[in-house]
Amino acid sequence: MNPQAIIDGLISGSTIGLGAIGLTLTYSILRFANFTHGDFLAWGAYLTLTVAGVLGGLAAGLGAPVYPFSFGWGLPLAMFGGVVLTVALTLGLDRILFGRLRARGADAIIVVMASFGASMALRSLLEFIFTAKPAYFTKALQIAKPLGLGMRATPDQLLMIGLTALLVLALHLLVTRSATGRAMRAVSENPGLAGVYGVDVDKVIRVTWIIGASMACIAGVMAGLLVQIRPYMGFDLLLPLFSAAILGGIGSIPGAMLGGLIIGLAEAFAVQIVGAEWRAAISFIILVLVLMLRPQGLFGQREA
Amino acid sequence: MTALSLADLQAGYDPDLPIVKGVSFTVKKGEAVCILGPNGAGKSTMIKAVAGLVRSFGGQVHLGGRDVTGLASHVLVRNGMGFVPQTENIFTRLSITENLQIAAQLLPRQDRAGRIEAMLDMFPDLGSRPRELAGALSGGQRQMLAAARALLTEPQVLMLDEPSAGLSPKLVAQVFDTLRRISQTGVTLILVEQNVRAALALTDRALVLVDGKLAHDGPTDALHDGKFLGELFLGNRADEAIR
Ligand SMILES: Nc1ncnc2c1ncn2[C@@H]1O[C@H](COP(=O)(O)OP(=O)(O)OP(=O)(O)O)[C@@H](O)[C@H]1O
Ligand SMILES: [Mg+2]
Repeated sequence: MNPQAIIDGLISGSTIGLGAIGLTLTYSILRFANFTHGDFLAWGAYLTLTVAGVLGGLAAGLGAPVYPFSFGWGLPLAMFGGVVLTVALTLGLDRILFGRLRARGADAIIVVMASFGASMALRSLLEFIFTAKPAYFTKALQIAKPLGLGMRATPDQLLMIGLTALLVLALHLLVTRSATGRAMRAVSENPGLAGVYGVDVDKVIRVTWIIGASMACIAGVMAGLLVQIRPYMGFDLLLPLFSAAILGGIGSIPGAMLGGLIIGLAEAFAVQIVGAEWRAAISFIILVLVLMLRPQGLFGQREA
Repeated sequence: MTALSLADLQAGYDPDLPIVKGVSFTVKKGEAVCILGPNGAGKSTMIKAVAGLVRSFGGQVHLGGRDVTGLASHVLVRNGMGFVPQTENIFTRLSITENLQIAAQLLPRQDRAGRIEAMLDMFPDLGSRPRELAGALSGGQRQMLAAARALLTEPQVLMLDEPSAGLSPKLVAQVFDTLRRISQTGVTLILVEQNVRAALALTDRALVLVDGKLAHDGPTDALHDGKFLGELFLGNRADEAIR
């Protein structure tokens, strides 16, 4: 067995974990399985690509790779713009779609169906605007550097793992230590009671979208940098995202991250052991096993 | 001065099936009022509609002279209302302190820690283990936490839905003691209770709700005659009580 699978798994697991954070938060606070979330990753990648194009037009030097990475200062700057635009997209979608259903007291299944429809619409729109042809953040090639024990990674990949660890730690502290995090946990347990405690529930919902969309955009950019940008990139990640969120326990940020890493590693080992064509089945098998053996996930709370 | 007034309030869970069928009353500042009535009369529904948790279909609610009909709960709370629901009135997955911290967020920053301390002192059962999950508390301790949370922000109008339900006689006495002290500080108290004697002893005025309508509104002294109440609470004579 090739130890390289560990690095491959950690890298794709980071993307899945970051994506699953938004999913697990919307699931626990807005109480529906959001099928649009995968498309937020794709939109995040394309919006960042668009901003990068605009920035590159304004200052060509921003595109020049900064050693040892494959991209220049333009990409982190563009990603910041991409995050802002992805947040705007999700807040807009909540205002015209999810928020209206919520105000009407629609059943969760109606909201899930609406998110399914919105997902298809968002994906078609990407294909319409950017075509189905893959796009790339950078054309520069990177040499993977040896890390020892037979493992190799490119500087881009190591940066992504570091950035992911930092983001998860920051979000975990936000949710467990800050007043905002307390309000989020309160709304996830009982939104009506949270209002009675004086919590502005609509504000908590906006914060949830902001966090989820930001992480989705960053995950989308990472996936785009590692492989390529396609309109279907997010939709293809939907099953791993759901598996990771459920494996980690709905509502748990460290859980979503750990779930993502486990799925990423399981996929990487499955590719080595049984073959690449089994990769897609892994998330499904893990999802089914978790639902049958431990439906509350690793860090999830049972209903009190 | 009017603390709270309802004008022809209609509310429920389905517009075709109103539970509260046009209720009007006015509570003066500093008054202590109890709301009585048989099970299923709509007492909880009415008080939840006032608190912004159940949608109203008609009528108005005024809080301290301001029309608050249809406003979200957190806006009401920020305008001086405190409400303790009958059930599910604490966050079980948060610690005792965290429950209080959420409510304290409405206070100026420099007052928060002090008010939380004051509440933990007032209820030693909570103060002895502030970091424990609220879900680990007993029924009576949960009611204490719920009351402490509502008191923390020093509301002008405090509404409690059966705060003594499921408590031992000793705890009931303690809860009513606390409520009496709060009432004496000038807080307007609205109390839904099944514990009729204790409620009547505490309040100046009783409202009786039967089948979503007010069947009686008057000073509590008049209700100490057990016969009338007995009939109301058996439920089967409720129609006569309305007449
Ligand atoms: N969440 C709900 N959805 C639909 N109907 C409800 C709901 N809660 C209560 N009801 C109905 O509303 C009516 C009044 O209930 P409510 O809880 O207001 O009565 P109550 O006077 O508080 O009774 P109790 O003394 O038992 O607490 C009942 O017929 C009940 O079935
Ligand atoms: Mg009730």
